[in-house]
Amino acid sequence: MSGDNRARLLALYATMCRIRAFEETALAAHRAGEIPGPLHVSIGQEAVATGVCLNLQADDRITSNHRGHGHALAKGAGVAGMMEELFGRAGGHCRGKGGSMHIADFSVGMLGANGVVAGGIPIAVGAAQGLRMLGSSAIVCCFFGDGAINRGPFLEGLNWASLYDLPVLFVCEDNGVAAFTRAESVTAGAGVLARAEALGVAGVSVDGNDAAAVDDAASRLIAEIRAGGGPRLLHATTYRLMGHTSTDPARWREAGEVEAARAHEPILRLRARLLAEGAAMKALDAIEGDAWAEMSAARSAALAAPWPDLATAWEDVQDIGAAQEAV
Amino acid sequence: MTQILMPALSPTMTEGKLARWLKKQGDTIKAGDVIAEIETDKATMEVEAVDEGTLTSILVPEGTEAVAVNTPIAELNGGAGAAPAPAAREPAAPLPKAEDHGAVAATGAAKKEGAASIPAQPAAAAPEKDWGPTKPITVREALRDAMAAEMRADPDVFLMGEEVAQYQGAYKISQGLLEEFGPKRVIDMPITEHGFTGMAVGAAFTGLKPIVEFMTFNFSMQAIDHIINSAAKTLYMSGGQLGCPITFRGPNGAAARVAAQHSQEYASWYAHIPGLKVIAPWSAADAKGLLRAAIRDPNPVIFLENEILYGQTFDCPTAEDFVLPIGQAKVEREGSDVTLVSFSITVGLCMQAAEALAAQGISAEVINLRTIRPLDIATIARSVRKTNRIVTVEEGWPFAGIGSEIAMQVLEHCFDDLDAPPVRVCGEDVPMPYAANLEKLALPRLEQVVEAVRKVTYK
Repeated sequence: MSGDNRARLLALYATMCRIRAFEETALAAHRAGEIPGPLHVSIGQEAVATGVCLNLQADDRITSNHRGHGHALAKGAGVAGMMEELFGRAGGHCRGKGGSMHIADFSVGMLGANGVVAGGIPIAVGAAQGLRMLGSSAIVCCFFGDGAINRGPFLEGLNWASLYDLPVLFVCEDNGVAAFTRAESVTAGAGVLARAEALGVAGVSVDGNDAAAVDDAASRLIAEIRAGGGPRLLHATTYRLMGHTSTDPARWREAGEVEAARAHEPILRLRARLLAEGAAMKALDAIEGDAWAEMSAARSAALAAPWPDLATAWEDVQDIGAAQEAV
Repeated sequence: MTQILMPALSPTMTEGKLARWLKKQGDTIKAGDVIAEIETDKATMEVEAVDEGTLTSILVPEGTEAVAVNTPIAELNGGAGAAPAPAAREPAAPLPKAEDHGAVAATGAAKKEGAASIPAQPAAAAPEKDWGPTKPITVREALRDAMAAEMRADPDVFLMGEEVAQYQGAYKISQGLLEEFGPKRVIDMPITEHGFTGMAVGAAFTGLKPIVEFMTFNFSMQAIDHIINSAAKTLYMSGGQLGCPITFRGPNGAAARVAAQHSQEYASWYAHIPGLKVIAPWSAADAKGLLRAAIRDPNPVIFLENEILYGQTFDCPTAEDFVLPIGQAKVEREGSDVTLVSFSITVGLCMQAAEALAAQGISAEVINLRTIRPLDIATIARSVRKTNRIVTVEEGWPFAGIGSEIAMQVLEHCFDDLDAPPVRVCGEDVPMPYAANLEKLALPRLEQVVEAVRKVTYK
């Protein structure tokens, strides 16, 4: 293994550990009553966000969905601001007014998680068109789940992106389940790649639990996009180890299914590969330990952070305009 | 010499405390100056001068308790045609702010107390700016000219929608824009309202200022998720990081013989949403001046046009920099017996009604709202304090309509000024029928407006 390659795998490992530690820490805080709202965690799916975002540049944009902590972290959103946002504190990226499902950090090109399935797809396409109009060479990466491909905006967005050769990487994180329903039981035809290809959007499928494979595939697709080849689609198959939300124990899954899946989860897999290729266990443990320490500190800081000032409830609705005179 | 008398702040008030003089002997006073403050156990009010002149003497010193109503409190020298009674004005009360619900109730109480029996001397509205010469143009031309002017001024503004480029607009609003600005800034979209509205949001997130044309607002229902969930809420949800400067425009309301799915009024749908501004112009000047303001506005703006008005001609200022402020209604016709409040095409109906009523000896004031949200309740309240009666007229359905909201706000702000309950004239509470005679029946009619006015004037 070359040093460069080892460094890249370690970078993937570190980001995945941070996402896992962030979400496990947030879940613990949720169970302890510290986080008021439900969380949609991506535990088990970390390789997709990580492998894709490692290939993005600072001025590239992403749109995300309701399961977006990993996307935000991988794109570089600050941990403290994210944790405070989950805690509903004043120092959150959205000043405590967005929460888990609406985390946005425009400063790192994270255009927002979105609580509406497929909501981010046309936003990504419009951002790509806007960037082109502005003469920017940045691209947009759009994360959505398998449930989103049954919604109209998937067709509407891919059609337009393809027609105008817009610089968008569509990433379908296919964990096989839309909320509580098996995607296969509600989805006709040959799947997301076939649908994309019908619209002139080329793509590939990848094992979404293999971070290095996601990285490779994303790297190739993004190079094609940056070269002016138009939109591409990455279909990453993965597995959601947890329920739909933090309050869903997912008992509706068959016994043993989750345990079997754990054997293929992406962090253990990459760890095993790194060890097999000669990485020091101590070094990997240190990466993991640092991630947990970072998130634990963020949890403590968020818990101690001030709540939003009540007056902020009425701020940022809009610039109200002129009619606020005396009656 | 004019005597200023102790005013009554309510029908039951017999006496009050002269709390403070804000002018002193020898001061020159202009009409509208606040000259004193008066307190009762329920409210504090400002006393406004209605005449000009010099304050020659103060007859009741400040701090005097139990001053009887109509007692002379001061003398004024000068001013032609001086009237004896001063106008009391409520303490400047801003529109209710949500952070202080208690204050809303308290303000309401003070208003009731204060406004009830005061001689009708409403504070005058600031006169609208005189924009100089005008020329007659159609509403269609006004809208096109507004977009062209803003696109020339700001390279970040662009137009997207179905049929806006090659076909020059389904209703020919975008005539000439493709030729002048090219296909990068005048973009034909497929029939995908949900998709292209989301794209407009994405483009706005990169710093651009899209104008989204809906072929008609009926099709905005396909896109309402992005209008509300993405455009209207992002500034708030992101904690003020980024807003969404998009103008959503197109024809709204009833067209002609296109039945239920293509004829409906969306003002109350969108006016319900915090984070949106909602504009509904009537005249060509409204259309031009307000569309320019909408495009410049940093917020998402719903701009409700009317297909039937597109071909109508009005005088419109020719000044290059002509623009109208969002949030200001216009008194289209002054009157003293009843206030007619409307927006968009039914402003014309109200103007006809005012003519018909004048022939019957009833003087109607017509207010063209121009902006629905934020609502210019100040102009409405000023008028109601003068006429004591209000009729709202709209094409939309009655339940939770704009008229309902206006009636409620009038109750909050000037309940004691009303001599009759507010009356709404609305579209009938049915989907729009197709047959010409039924369609006519379903929309507000002249005789309904006249009848509503007769009802509130007890004639």
